[in-house]
Amino acid sequence: MSVPRFWRKQIARYNLVGTHCKKCDEYFYPPRNMCPACRREGEIEEYKFSGKGEVVTYTVIHTAAEGFENQTPYVLAIIKLDEGPSLTSQIICDPSNVKIGMKVKPVFRKLGQAGERGMIYYGTKFVPEVADKC
Amino acid sequence: MRDVAIIGVKNTKFGELWDRSFRDVVVEAGVGAVSDAGVVGEKIDAMFVGNMSGGQFVEQEHIGALIADYSGLAKDIHVPSTRVEAACASGGLALRQGIYAVASGMDDIVIAAGAEKMTDVPSAKASSALAAAADREWEGIMGATFPGLYAMIARMHMHKYGTTSEQLAQVAVKNHQNGQHNPIAQYKTPITVDSVLKSIMVADPLHIFDCSPITDGASAVVLAPADIAHEYTDTPIYVKATAQASDTIALHDRRDITTLDASVAAGKRAYEMAGLQPKDIDLVEVHDCFTIAEICAIEDLGFAKKGEGGIVTQNGETAIGGRIPVNTSGGLKSCGHPVGATGVKQAVEIVEQLRGEAGKRQVDGAEIGMTHNVGGSGATAVVHIFSRNR
Ligand SMILES: [Zn+2]
Repeated sequence: MSVPRFWRKQIARYNLVGTHCKKCDEYFYPPRNMCPACRREGEIEEYKFSGKGEVVTYTVIHTAAEGFENQTPYVLAIIKLDEGPSLTSQIICDPSNVKIGMKVKPVFRKLGQAGERGMIYYGTKFVPEVADKC
Repeated sequence: MRDVAIIGVKNTKFGELWDRSFRDVVVEAGVGAVSDAGVVGEKIDAMFVGNMSGGQFVEQEHIGALIADYSGLAKDIHVPSTRVEAACASGGLALRQGIYAVASGMDDIVIAAGAEKMTDVPSAKASSALAAAADREWEGIMGATFPGLYAMIARMHMHKYGTTSEQLAQVAVKNHQNGQHNPIAQYKTPITVDSVLKSIMVADPLHIFDCSPITDGASAVVLAPADIAHEYTDTPIYVKATAQASDTIALHDRRDITTLDASVAAGKRAYEMAGLQPKDIDLVEVHDCFTIAEICAIEDLGFAKKGEGGIVTQNGETAIGGRIPVNTSGGLKSCGHPVGATGVKQAVEIVEQLRGEAGKRQVDGAEIGMTHNVGGSGATAVVHIFSRNR
């Protein structure tokens, strides 16, 4: 991904900052400028998520996406945050210990790098909330 | 609105067509369909070409014009030609745009084509291009692949409904069984449940034999107003419904990970438009980019109760000769999945079936068929219903 494209949403990626619609009390991550429920009637404000949530579903990736070849096997999951919205991220954990419904918490990690000397992308991954789960 | 009929069809061979270029395959499909319809170039009013990623696969944009040119439809007769993009649903959507053009009365004879040339780039590049059909900024950046997204659907389906890896494998086995009788198919070798389960794991629980391959190919149909279709062919196939629906681009924003709401909505709209129900459909071509996708599709379109897609497959209800034959062509799994072509190829299969020309794949007495084409992990769905009778 290009540097400006990544940089624009850097705060959201680093700190799990999304948005909240004051009108319908829905939370959004990734952030949205327009509430998909209220549309133009919505009132959007920034919101920092606690990052606590649980695993909705997951997979163990063996054939990696470009740039992720050194990480296989890695756990890709959909995580539902306590405030409501779901997001896609990785869970750092022994793949055989991941379960649907498992409670997770966020960690700040390297996501990838644009080539050997390129920019390093950081973002939020997740680990099990209970440490002995891994 | 005018009734629309399909008067000509053609698929190229699907596979690794290393000796042929993008323009070669599209022209073969287009010329084949036009010949099948017995139409001369001057009669053609417009063409629509479904293509997902020409820019990434063959570094060629401006595909509408390219194809008009190399089909001999640009010079002198200047036929308008439009590229249509909706990821893996590009073909289905090109067909839909063609139907719009004829139904509206603006155009009479229209070509709808779909094409992709995917094997000119290394498979990592192809996978990366395909990943652009999902949300690059919030799925792709986390290491999501397309098999990975469908694997998360599969995992949830197993968790919620007890669907098994064997049931997923049976989708692949059935589609290879059908595909061996399809001359255009990329893989004509029958496979077993065991060989699917023993194939390498791509994204748990999906094995490589749960995934459709990377493929080159093109398909085309010729559309005409139903009122004049008999001037061209004795066996016009009538369009009874065309429907499209959108959903969230990212899988994580869905109401229910195991249901493609876009498929449900497009299916519902199509049934309403045709005045038909699932039980009226004799056969269906669904979007089986992964085995789990076929299970979801037959549930979402009303051919199986939610959660029972696996069992219905296991029971043989979706085989040729079963209650509702699914993917008689061999589907994306056996024919291959040249992403932009698939939606049109599905229509070609239904037309051949309804004309009674499907050979060993023929569904006895087929009168009404459906196609279901999905873009991305379900952000677009396009459904068509076709009939032998107007
Ligand atoms: Zn709102």
